[in-house]
Amino acid sequence: MDNVLEVDRLSVRFEKVEVFTDLSFQVAKGGSLAVIGPNGAGKTVLFQALIGSIPFEGTIRWAPDVRIGYVPQKLDLERDVPITGRDFLRARPDSTRGSDAEISRTLERVGISKEASERSIGILSGGQFQRLLVAFALLGNPSVLLLDEPTAGVDGPGQRRLNELAHRLQAEQGLSVLFISHELSVVYQYATNVLCLGGKHAYFGPPKRILTPALLSEIYGSPVDYHVHDH
Amino acid sequence: MTIEILLLSITMAIAAGLVGSFAVMRRMGLAADPMSHVALPGIGIALALHINPLCGAVAMLLFGALLVWAVEGKARLGTEAIIGVLFSVALALGSMMTSGEELIDALFGGTGALKWPEICFGLIASSAVIAFVVTQRNRLVAMLVSPDVARTAGIDVRRLDLLYLETFALTIALGLRFLGVLLMGALIIIPAATAKRLARNLTEMLVLAVSIAVAATLAGTWLASFFHRQTGPFIVIVAAACFLLSFNRLFLRHG
Repeated sequence: MDNVLEVDRLSVRFEKVEVFTDLSFQVAKGGSLAVIGPNGAGKTVLFQALIGSIPFEGTIRWAPDVRIGYVPQKLDLERDVPITGRDFLRARPDSTRGSDAEISRTLERVGISKEASERSIGILSGGQFQRLLVAFALLGNPSVLLLDEPTAGVDGPGQRRLNELAHRLQAEQGLSVLFISHELSVVYQYATNVLCLGGKHAYFGPPKRILTPALLSEIYGSPVDYHVHDH
Repeated sequence: MTIEILLLSITMAIAAGLVGSFAVMRRMGLAADPMSHVALPGIGIALALHINPLCGAVAMLLFGALLVWAVEGKARLGTEAIIGVLFSVALALGSMMTSGEELIDALFGGTGALKWPEICFGLIASSAVIAFVVTQRNRLVAMLVSPDVARTAGIDVRRLDLLYLETFALTIALGLRFLGVLLMGALIIIPAATAKRLARNLTEMLVLAVSIAVAATLAGTWLASFFHRQTGPFIVIVAAACFLLSFNRLFLRHG
């Protein structure tokens, strides 16, 4: 199988409300798929179906021996929960590289200071917590990363660092990346393919074909401006 | 107090501190109370069938945990309402089937001397609870932060959740013949809530919760024998005093 993921006629519904129906797309090994669409289009729900945490109809076929690293969007945590960043990273049961040295290296890679890693995860800022979740995913030595708006709430330099990190892992280790994003310039720059949810039907294809003004205004209901760096 | 009762009290307190730590962090601190009501119909049925009430209570508590787990899986919304209704019904059934005196004993702790099989059950069950939390602590942390993330890290979240709820139910059952199920809820929650206020990381949290639970149990037992009163209420009062002191400690730290 040259694809890391094949999805065929995927539908998810909550009670009687259909979130999306008949989604079909593939992600090639080492490729990257951007999932875009307005709020409420079902982007996060799609990821939850892909990791098997909600019921769905249709088929989701991951490549054998795939290791998924999932970075969710936002978590509801109590501020005074006495679990530190390090406690959380140590909690990874399948980590073959979960030594303290490896944890420190991973924290450095995502840009979390030693002091921040020893604070309660409840008082970390949104951006710091996001990076911690990326670190947790990386410790599992993933072959696929699922990033649900990984740079939401992260400052400018932090965003660049995370985007470059994902890109570097892709180039060096042949990692496949699925990411949800609202930043179309990032999508244009990093995605091999784009899956656009929220219209009458979903659109799937390379960015040049999907990110057209006509299609975007159909999906979002109003014209969308974005800046494209043409290299 | 004989040596085996002392040993039983200490292992029970350790189990309560450990289970309570995760209960407090999972925000199910109030669940101990309704859950404990489930024991009552079990006691009633056991008495009617002339078997040891403890067996009936344990069976019903384990069944109650299974029920909570099943409801959680079916409908994420409304779990609280369903638990509330279900457990109030259990209380009503229990009070219909048991006499007033038996009810008070079950809720607040019995007066009769513990029999050997009961002591053995207590020691084995507390050891099982301790072993579960100690070996599964990392998995429990991952599930606590995000069940979805835990799932992708290879954890069977549904199974772990069921095991945790059963462990929680078993811990309540431990208190039945000793503190009473209601006061056992307090020994699970108060030391852990105190530890949560003071601890800066997971290890500190677990160590503090266990230390406070054990200290409260020993001090409460000593006070009770000194005043010739029931043990349970004294244990809970000592634990509550620790909780109040933790506020003081926080003021000192911030002031």
